Amino acid sequence: MNVTTMGTGVRRLDGPAKVTGAAMFAADHRPTGTLHAVLVGSPVPAGSLTHLDTTAALAVPGVVAVLGPGDLPRPDPRLDEVSVPPLATRFLPLQDDRICYHGQAVAVVLAGSLQDAEHAATLVRPHIAPAPFVVPADAPVRDATTAEGYAQLMPLTEQVGEPIDPREAPVHVAATYAQPDRHNNPMEPSAIVAEWDGDTLTVTDSVQHVYAVRDTLAAALGLDQEKVLVRSPHTGGGFGAKAFVWPHEIIAAQVAWVMGPGRPVKLVLTRAQMYAMVGYQPAMWHDVALGAAGNGSLITVRHDAVNTTAVTEDYVEFATATALSLYASPSISTSQRVRRGHVNLPTFMRSPLDGPGTWALGSAIDELAHAAGIDPLDLRLINHADTEPATGKPWTSKKLVQAYGEAARRFGWRTRPIGGTVDGQWRIGCGMADATQGQFRFPSQARLVMDRTATVTLEVGFTDIGQGPGTVFPQVAASVLGLRPEQIRVKYGDARLPFAGPTYGSGTTIGVGAAVLDAAQRLRGELARIAGWPADEVSCADGRLRRDGSQRVPFSRTDEDIPFTALMALHGGEVAVEGSFALPGGVPADAGPAEYATRTFGAVFVEVAVDPELGLLRLRRATGVYSAGRIVNERTARSQMIGGIVWGWGMAALEASTFEPALGRWHSQNLAGVALPVNADIPAAIDIAFIDEFDEHAGPLGAKGIGELSATGTAAAVANAVYDAIGVRVRDLPITPQRLLRRG
Amino acid sequence: MIPFTYERVGTVAEAVEHSTAPGSMLIAGGTEVVNWLRLGVHGPATLVDLKTVPGLADISLVGETVHIGPLVRLADVAAHPWVAQRFPVLRESIHLAASAQLRNLATIGGNPLQYTRCPYFRAEAETPCTKRRPGSGCAARHGITDNQAIFGWTDDCVAVQPSDPGTALAALDAVYVTRHADGGRRIAARELNTLPSQDAVAHNMLRPGEVITDIEITGTAPTSTYLKVRPRASYEFATVAVAVALEVDGDLVRRARIALGSVAMRPWRLDATERLLVGHRIGSAAAQRAIEAGFADAKPLPGNEYKITLARNAVARALRQAVTA
Amino acid sequence: MNEVSPGHTVRTAVIVNGEQVDLDHDARVTLLDFLRENQGLTGAKKGCNRGECGSCTVLVGGRRANACMVLLAGIDGAEVTTVEGLTVDGELHPMQRAFVDHDAFQCGFCTPGQIMSAVACVAEGHVGDDGEIREWMSGNICRCSAYPQITAAVATAAKEMRS
Repeated sequence: MNVTTMGTGVRRLDGPAKVTGAAMFAADHRPTGTLHAVLVGSPVPAGSLTHLDTTAALAVPGVVAVLGPGDLPRPDPRLDEVSVPPLATRFLPLQDDRICYHGQAVAVVLAGSLQDAEHAATLVRPHIAPAPFVVPADAPVRDATTAEGYAQLMPLTEQVGEPIDPREAPVHVAATYAQPDRHNNPMEPSAIVAEWDGDTLTVTDSVQHVYAVRDTLAAALGLDQEKVLVRSPHTGGGFGAKAFVWPHEIIAAQVAWVMGPGRPVKLVLTRAQMYAMVGYQPAMWHDVALGAAGNGSLITVRHDAVNTTAVTEDYVEFATATALSLYASPSISTSQRVRRGHVNLPTFMRSPLDGPGTWALGSAIDELAHAAGIDPLDLRLINHADTEPATGKPWTSKKLVQAYGEAARRFGWRTRPIGGTVDGQWRIGCGMADATQGQFRFPSQARLVMDRTATVTLEVGFTDIGQGPGTVFPQVAASVLGLRPEQIRVKYGDARLPFAGPTYGSGTTIGVGAAVLDAAQRLRGELARIAGWPADEVSCADGRLRRDGSQRVPFSRTDEDIPFTALMALHGGEVAVEGSFALPGGVPADAGPAEYATRTFGAVFVEVAVDPELGLLRLRRATGVYSAGRIVNERTARSQMIGGIVWGWGMAALEASTFEPALGRWHSQNLAGVALPVNADIPAAIDIAFIDEFDEHAGPLGAKGIGELSATGTAAAVANAVYDAIGVRVRDLPITPQRLLRRG
Repeated sequence: MIPFTYERVGTVAEAVEHSTAPGSMLIAGGTEVVNWLRLGVHGPATLVDLKTVPGLADISLVGETVHIGPLVRLADVAAHPWVAQRFPVLRESIHLAASAQLRNLATIGGNPLQYTRCPYFRAEAETPCTKRRPGSGCAARHGITDNQAIFGWTDDCVAVQPSDPGTALAALDAVYVTRHADGGRRIAARELNTLPSQDAVAHNMLRPGEVITDIEITGTAPTSTYLKVRPRASYEFATVAVAVALEVDGDLVRRARIALGSVAMRPWRLDATERLLVGHRIGSAAAQRAIEAGFADAKPLPGNEYKITLARNAVARALRQAVTA
Repeated sequence: MNEVSPGHTVRTAVIVNGEQVDLDHDARVTLLDFLRENQGLTGAKKGCNRGECGSCTVLVGGRRANACMVLLAGIDGAEVTTVEGLTVDGELHPMQRAFVDHDAFQCGFCTPGQIMSAVACVAEGHVGDDGEIREWMSGNICRCSAYPQITAAVATAAKEMRS
């Protein structure tokens, strides 16, 4: 492969479009005749809708329709065959009178102008017979149902080795670590434009996987897949909130069907609706107990996790994945249970499973380090898992020890200031934690076309949520074809293109990248065939095909090369090839090759400042070093890791969506009452590095995912640093003034 | 938003006349009014744009009094040399308020009239709230109280007034000069906003059709500062804010003016503290006792006890900050 | 923007990216909805519609403002510059270039607002050091969190814009 393009920090090819406003997001589309749809939410969390008074709303000039339960088509029975996920929730509002959560859609208002639709929506009067509701956090802890859905994704309990009571270990710690509900809050609220033309539905949607939308809408509306065209030109962040197909997407398509051809329907969720009409990461309580020998070597790890979920179905946040994977221990016990209440269903949020898992385990191991009198980094080295603890399988690749060393060196861990060092009003503290994330793989295809002018086009239906696929995949193809990445045109974000796996589970690069690599190699092979040269004796550079004859045929002529343009003239038409990445057994997803354990790793070190008089917590610097396979574009990768550390800072210090227990609703449904990090929170000193690594088992590209790895570990590192600074162990996130303030 | 008629007026008299009519309402910078209309807090039939009235956006110095027109944008107030030199506390309060964009829109006359940020009041779907719907009760009283009042609340309302410039103006003993059909008046900045014991529904004492035409600040307060405590480093409403204006003689306090923001439904002057600080050194035991005295009538809600500690610490810090700045 | 009772319309004239626009419009229309739904200028984004995110930042009279918080009727006679108006003859503005060079965005949704805010930040002179830039760029939330890169881009472009 061409070392000049793989791994280097190529600038984003979609950069100019994104800095000029030319990049189109779903809500930027406004086809002729567009009707604005505004959803009306339930004002109560439980009950049944007895009557929908639409009189006042319909009286607003410009209002075309107000639709309620009974006005939309029933979903086709085929929808029952779509699994949850990728269907986000089986509970589809506007089909009957059930109210299961506050903010649940009970009506849709349509008008030619947004102003009229928004106004009329405030005039719709749902009459609801309220029913008692259950506050999720107060609900009894129970086993999740495994009949279908999210609870099936992993085992709910695990026992590795024989159960051991941690209290019998020479050194042991046990505590409950809590974290609040947090909303993904991508900057772009979910948006969809749905338009019918005859029996064909076209939607422009803001999503992380166009194919799931296509398949789900086709099933819900009883259409053939080819009758559903789904585009997602750019997605303004998703972080999981746009991973699966949410009810508003089905509703928009149904409403557009009711409105008929020539009346496209544009539905943009308000920021407030982003709290109740899509998912979020649920509140969790982690009971973690660790037992170790006097030398710090773990004897047992116990992690019992509980998360909130909806009454409609069970979402399970498998935070115990970390306990099963991170530290070597002869005995590991885990369980996952839920509390069900009247709230919209949670979902995956960057970083699912290991984000919560590393918060709990990363805090507990720090407490153990203090209990054992061992440096937290040394304790981790002592407990390094050379193979996957739960299974004993070898890792596809793992360079965590190098990451520890490099991060400690860059951060100056061994020479860090003594905890509590004073700097004006501030007390300085340092902390560290592991980053780690399980890996998902999804099959993918890709098409490469070289036209008569030797222009290369890459076609694959991935979605761009900002992680840089519109740059990285041309880079992969360019490296094989000896071109500059910007010479490769790329078409994406359209379900008519060759299938791409979803943009979640940190699975895009590993899957789509492999398919693109395969396609590029096939295209090179086709060019060799046209040239009449053996496919394994050619390489590409500078727009030319070269025969590398000197190595294989010592006494032949010196290297020959032919410009692509000449080859295409010779061929007399375009060349199109299909590449693919398939999983063993043809499965739609896996967690890596069966004989290995596949995971990414890293170490996060932070320095924080605490003002104990005012309860303030500020980030001073952070270092993250990662073992994540090959890095295709160090520039976009670095940005992702910085973004993840900031995401972790939000988790640690700021973010919480409070569920109002008396009213049964999200307390603040905006960006003023729920604080996300701003620029002033983040110092320039976010130092990122990657360990040089090629994972030969995870996929042909040697790469793994990084988008979610980036946001793991930070919350624990921050809490550990706070303890270092002021000796206060915070086990409830976020670490706000109430929790830091020195009393008295 | 309910449809409304938009009127641009040319004089204060017109503004008064048009906004006195039932169903009429004034708009200046718009950063609050537009959200009220969206939330349905108000549904005026007519919106009267004050911005088209000339002469309300000037800053002048007459004798020892700085006059700030109500339409001066917050950014311009902070940038003005008279404000920077004479009233650092006002300049700092503005720079710590909202964002650069919002400070370009919001006006100095409108900002102290902003409504509480209580999430129950600001809810998209109404919750029981005296200020939103009189008589509906106060869901916050026994609800989520972290950011609610520690002074002057009643069972009808436990909300706080968040304006940063309003808190600074209260510490500076600024005066809002108003015009109304029944005649104008002068309102002390510390009294502009309404405590629930006075009127639990209102956010301030302005009557319909009453227009702020001038803001007066007399004297100077070079030893003054604004401290805003909030989890996020910027662009967030205060958990607690302190405006301090001191006059010192050597290291002894000769006069102290202290207003707390986000602790009550109005900027809360610590009268007892101000009185007891006189003659003492900042940081002394006597000064600390003076601070304690200011909190004698603080009353927490279940769940916001920390705010008393925080506010007390913040006052001590702000005093130190004022004398070391 | 369609049928509105005549009493609820108002006439406003604005100059958008150098082009004069006069129109009768529903008085409720915000500058943001006018730009996006009427002018087809979709660079300014609606992230919160409450003045809480900065994605809609444009210049009004040369100053940065949240377009979602501005009623169109309230800026009669004003000049409005959007991200689409920054590019001259297809040439990127130094700030736009700096954002690309520093990888100061990921998804790109908040980016037009960040860039307009950044252009104003330089014009205001709030670029003395990184701390000042960070504070004065805090009215624009970036959930992908490219903050250090944004700060670097603003510092770089500021040098070029001032020379």
